[in-house]
Amino acid sequence: MARAVTTRRKSINTAIAWAIGILIFFPILWTILTSFKTEAEAISSPPSFLFFDWTFENYAAVQERSNYFRHFMNSVVISLGSTILGLIIAVPAAWAMAFVPGKNTKNVLMWMLSTKMLPPVGVLIPIYLLFRDTGLLDTRTGLVIVLTLINLPIIVWMLYTYFREIPGEILEAARMDGATLRDEIIHVLTPMAVPGIASTLLLNIILAWNEAFWTLNLTAANAAPLTAFIASYSSPEGLFYAKLSAASTMAIAPILILGWFSQKQLVRGLTFGAVK
Amino acid sequence: MGTITLDKVTKSFGAVQVIPPLDLTIGDGEFVVFVGPSGCGKSTLLRLIAGLEDVTSGEIRIDGRNATETPPAKRGLAMVFQSYALYPHMSVRKNIAFPLRMAGMDKAEQDRRIEAAAKVLNLSDYLDRRPGQLSGGQRQRVAIGRAIVREPAAFLFDEPLSNLDAALRVNMRLEISELHNTLETTMIYVTHDQVEAMTMADKIVVLRAGNIEQVGSPLELYRNPRNVFVAGFIGSPKMNLIDGAEAAKHDAKTIGVRPEHMSISTTDGQWRGVVGVSEHLGSDTFLHVHDTGLADTLTVRCDGEIGVHHGDAVYLTPQPDKIHRFDEAGLRL
Repeated sequence: MARAVTTRRKSINTAIAWAIGILIFFPILWTILTSFKTEAEAISSPPSFLFFDWTFENYAAVQERSNYFRHFMNSVVISLGSTILGLIIAVPAAWAMAFVPGKNTKNVLMWMLSTKMLPPVGVLIPIYLLFRDTGLLDTRTGLVIVLTLINLPIIVWMLYTYFREIPGEILEAARMDGATLRDEIIHVLTPMAVPGIASTLLLNIILAWNEAFWTLNLTAANAAPLTAFIASYSSPEGLFYAKLSAASTMAIAPILILGWFSQKQLVRGLTFGAVK
Repeated sequence: MGTITLDKVTKSFGAVQVIPPLDLTIGDGEFVVFVGPSGCGKSTLLRLIAGLEDVTSGEIRIDGRNATETPPAKRGLAMVFQSYALYPHMSVRKNIAFPLRMAGMDKAEQDRRIEAAAKVLNLSDYLDRRPGQLSGGQRQRVAIGRAIVREPAAFLFDEPLSNLDAALRVNMRLEISELHNTLETTMIYVTHDQVEAMTMADKIVVLRAGNIEQVGSPLELYRNPRNVFVAGFIGSPKMNLIDGAEAAKHDAKTIGVRPEHMSISTTDGQWRGVVGVSEHLGSDTFLHVHDTGLADTLTVRCDGEIGVHHGDAVYLTPQPDKIHRFDEAGLRL
C-alpha cells in the first residue's frame, strides 16, 4: 500500500518536472519553429504549431543580409577570451582567499558579489567614455576586458567554493615536497579542481555568449557578436518575426549544443560541495 | 645530518599564545616523540619546525643553520600527514616522484630511488595505481615513500597512524621503527597515544598547554616522572594517584603507584577495597577496585587467571620502593 502511494507520488513529481521543463523550453522551441515558417505564417492567428509549410528561406535571407560567421567569430573570441582571462586572474585570487584567508577575505568576497547587484546601466556612461578615450569602443579587446570584469566575481566565487573543498594538507604536502607556489597551483591545485574549473569555464562561456547589455552598447560593426546580430533584426521599419527567429536560432544554436553536451559537467560543478 | 634546535620559540595566534618560550634540542638520528593530550600544541610545534607556520619569536636551527625564515621546501625536511595528503590525481609512482621532480632530479635517478623506496615499503606492485585504489595502510606507506625518496635531514610525522585500525597501527608502528633503524635519520613523531610514544621513541617530549613538561627516554619518564601530569600521562593503565592522609604518611601532597606495582590478596594487605569491573586481556587482568577510601578507583594489574569477581573484597599492597611522591605544586619529591 505504502509502495503504491510512493509510486503515484513519484509519477506526479515526474509530471510536474516535465511540465516545468517544457514551460522553460517552450520559448526556445517556439523560436526554432517560427524560424522555419514564412513571415505570414509566423504572425498568423491562431498560430500553427507543427503543421505548416517548412521553409529554409529565412535562413537564406539572414545569411544574405548579414555576415553570420563574422558575428559568430566575435562571440567565440569574446566569450572564450573573457573566460580564459578571467580564470587566469581568478585562480590565484581564489587560491589566496581559500587557503590563506585574511581578516577581510569574507568582506572582499561579499563586496565583489555586491558589484553584481549594481545595475550595469549605472556605470555605462563612465565605461563608454573610458572606452571612447582609450580607443576600445567596438573592439574585441574592449569587450573581452569588460566581460572579464563583469563575470570575474562569479568566477572567483565559484573557484573559491571548489578550492575550499580541497584539503589544505595536500597543498602543505606539496610545499614540503619542494613545490613553489606556481608548482603548487599548476601541478596540485588545478588538476584536483578540474571538475570545478571546467564547470566555471562552461558557465562563464555561456554567460559571456549571452551577455547583451555591454555587447550591444559598446559595439557597432567590427566587434559585434551574435547578440548584436539578433538585435539587428528587430528593426524600426517593422518586425520580421520569422527572420528574427532564424537569426536567434543561429545565435543560440552553438551555445545550446555546448550546453547539451556539457550538462553533466555543469550540473556536477554547480552542485559541487552541496552533496558529499 | 639532522640536528634541530629550538631556541626560545614562541607561537601566538592573535592574542592567544599557544607555545610559550620553548627550548629543545633534537640530536642527529634521534627518534623523538612529541606526546600530549589534544590541544597541547604538539602539532603546532611540528608545523613550526616544518615551516608550515611562522614562529612568533625565537629561532629554529637545522644543522646549525638558522632556518627560522626558510620556506618549508628549503628546510630539507619531509613530512607525513595524518590524512596521508597524497595527490589523488597522480599514480603512486608520480606521488613518490613528486618531490624529486620538484627538485629537478634526472629521470633515471628518480626511477632508481622510487624502485628502492617501493621495495622497502612493499609497494612495487602498486606503483601504477591511484591512491583511491589503495587501503589505508598502503596509502600511509606511499606517504612515507614520498618522504623517504628525498633523503631528508629529518622526517616529521603528524599522527600518521590515527586513521588506521588497531591491528594495522601496531604493524605500521613496527615498520616505522624498523625504518628508523635502517635509515638512522632523525625522526620527529607527534602522537596523543602514549603507547606509540613509549614503544617507538628514543626520547619523549611530554607537552601540556605548549609547555614541555618533561623530556627523557621512555623508561626515564616511566621511572621518574617529573610531575603529576607526566606520571598520569605515561604508563598504561594510568598511575593511581592518592591524596590526603595516606599521602601525608609519606610526607607528600600526592602519592602515585602504578597498577603493576601493587600486589593483590584476598586475605590481607595494606588497603582494603571492593572489586568493580575486571578487564581481562588474557595475559593480564586489570581490576578496578573501589571503596578503598583513598581514591575513586584504584587500578591494579594482576595475573590473567586471577579468580576474583565483581563485589569481592580484596587487599592491595604497594611495593614500597615504587611509590612516587609529589609536593603541593605537583612536582616530584
